[in-house]
Amino acid sequence: MSEAIVSLRAVSKAYVRGKQSVDVLQSLDLDIDRGDFVALMGPSGSGKTTLLNLIGGLDQPSAGSISVSGQRIDQLGRGALAKWRAANVGFVFQFYNLLPMLTAERNVELPLLLTRLSKAERSKRVAIALQVVGLADRARHKPGELSGGQQQRVAIARAIVADPTLLICDEPTGDLDRKTADEVLRLLQTLNRDHGKTIVMVTHDPKAAEYATHQRHLDKGALVDEPASA
Amino acid sequence: MKHFPLIWASLWRKRARTILTLLSIVIAFLLFGLLQGVNAAFSRGVEMANVDRLVVINRIALTEQLPSAFMTQIESIPGVKGVAYATWFGAYYQEAKNFIFAAPVDIDRYLQVVPELTAAPDVVEAMKRTRTGALVGLEAMQKFGWKVGDKIPLHSTIWPHGTINDLDWTFDIVGTYDFPSDRSQTMGLFFNHDFFDEARLYGKGTVGWYLVRVTDPTQATEVAKNIDALFANSPNETKTQSEKEFSQSFLKQFGDINFIVTAIIGAVFFTLLFLTGNTMMQSVRERIPELAILKTLGYTDRGVLTLVLAESLLLCVLAAVIGLGLAWMAFPALKQFIGVATLPSSVVITGLAAAALLAVIVGLPPGLRAQRLQIVDALAGR
Repeated sequence: MSEAIVSLRAVSKAYVRGKQSVDVLQSLDLDIDRGDFVALMGPSGSGKTTLLNLIGGLDQPSAGSISVSGQRIDQLGRGALAKWRAANVGFVFQFYNLLPMLTAERNVELPLLLTRLSKAERSKRVAIALQVVGLADRARHKPGELSGGQQQRVAIARAIVADPTLLICDEPTGDLDRKTADEVLRLLQTLNRDHGKTIVMVTHDPKAAEYATHQRHLDKGALVDEPASA
Repeated sequence: MKHFPLIWASLWRKRARTILTLLSIVIAFLLFGLLQGVNAAFSRGVEMANVDRLVVINRIALTEQLPSAFMTQIESIPGVKGVAYATWFGAYYQEAKNFIFAAPVDIDRYLQVVPELTAAPDVVEAMKRTRTGALVGLEAMQKFGWKVGDKIPLHSTIWPHGTINDLDWTFDIVGTYDFPSDRSQTMGLFFNHDFFDEARLYGKGTVGWYLVRVTDPTQATEVAKNIDALFANSPNETKTQSEKEFSQSFLKQFGDINFIVTAIIGAVFFTLLFLTGNTMMQSVRERIPELAILKTLGYTDRGVLTLVLAESLLLCVLAAVIGLGLAWMAFPALKQFIGVATLPSSVVITGLAAAALLAVIVGLPPGLRAQRLQIVDALAGR
């Protein structure tokens, strides 16, 4: 029997913009099993990124509960949630979001600065992460000296370096050409299959979604399909 | 320390802007070091002033002389341990820029009243034996390259001898004196009052001021009152002050140095506050998405605030160290003007504390903004 690593129950999210309250998610239930690679799809404004932010602990729901690995993250304060993210989640964004003044290895090292690891241990882990994404020879390059695909792979190395259980990917191939996108998606697939990472990925791209083990569709803040394997 | 590379890299994100900001802070602290150093050098005479010594001057002004006959009368006042006298000679060596403190004294009396000044007994005897003999301070000997036995010409800006236009005096160096507690006090020269009094064209039978050593420092005020009371309603009324008060009022002749220095530094730092504050605000504003990423990765609100404050601290303290370092290097060149060769450590400590305070003031507003940052809004560019 599969084990749900992410469990959302009756989750709603509303944003207040000016005097208006906008309901983005409405009483949503979702389970994601350990080792799943889930693609969240849907039209713009359907709530995909909001759902991803809630699962990753970047935002808090207006109502409902969110459990990740058995921990109720909707009940955590800002400080505790930050520490939880550092230990449990890796993030990959559409525009890579690397720090431009740091080299690739320094960018990858960032999550490890929040741990008690020694400098030698940090360097070792950074080297392994860069090797996994195939960029060991670009460790000393700054983001501006790397291609888009390489930057995204550095971002993936940064996401996995602390060995989180969950990877959150928001349109990871949205800024890449087809060939590079496929390379990045294959890398994510490898991380899922060979390294056991649970991945939740938001994408508009049906081809990207094909790399996932499961696809879920959102529309107007609600899941509009039944769980099914890809 | 493990965050240092991140803080350092963030600081140099916009290299040109950081260099310009750094330079402006460096210059502010260079100015701070120089002005506060000069101020400290001026104030040092006040700090060094002895508590058991009084200075008696003419009530009208320091430049007015007092009769030599006052000495025995002052000596007769209860509580007076010793009396010495001196006269302002206004001397320079060869050129006006080579100012040297020179004063005619009775050397025995002077050494008794100013025991901090030391000279070998045989040297003192040699001075008393030689009418034109002079005791020269160690720094003056070194500065002008003089040797014991040299005959040196000094030009007085006040006292002629022989004829009215003859302001050049010649002295024989018989030995040196030291002032171990403050080497800058050895940039001077003492010579025999008797020789001076005989040779000068006018003002005979007078002295510039008296130095009075009291038996009990707690009675100094009382003794001062009694001295002034003794000469009240005479043609030469006196004004007796503690050595500290005298030093302070002497400095006031140049203006309130402390006020002037504080006002200039205050204006500089006030401007700096806006300049650096604006730079830090702009720098953080540009990095909102990057700060949001740090929070995404698990940096807490307080952690991000600390990073911004650390960056501000690094900028200000680095600039202060460079500025104060330059001031420290410049000080030996200023020695001939202010008599001190090293930047006082109190100025360095105050400067570094000011840099830390500046860093907190300019770093706190952008730091708090970074602390309040909502990840989702920042990543969405809202």
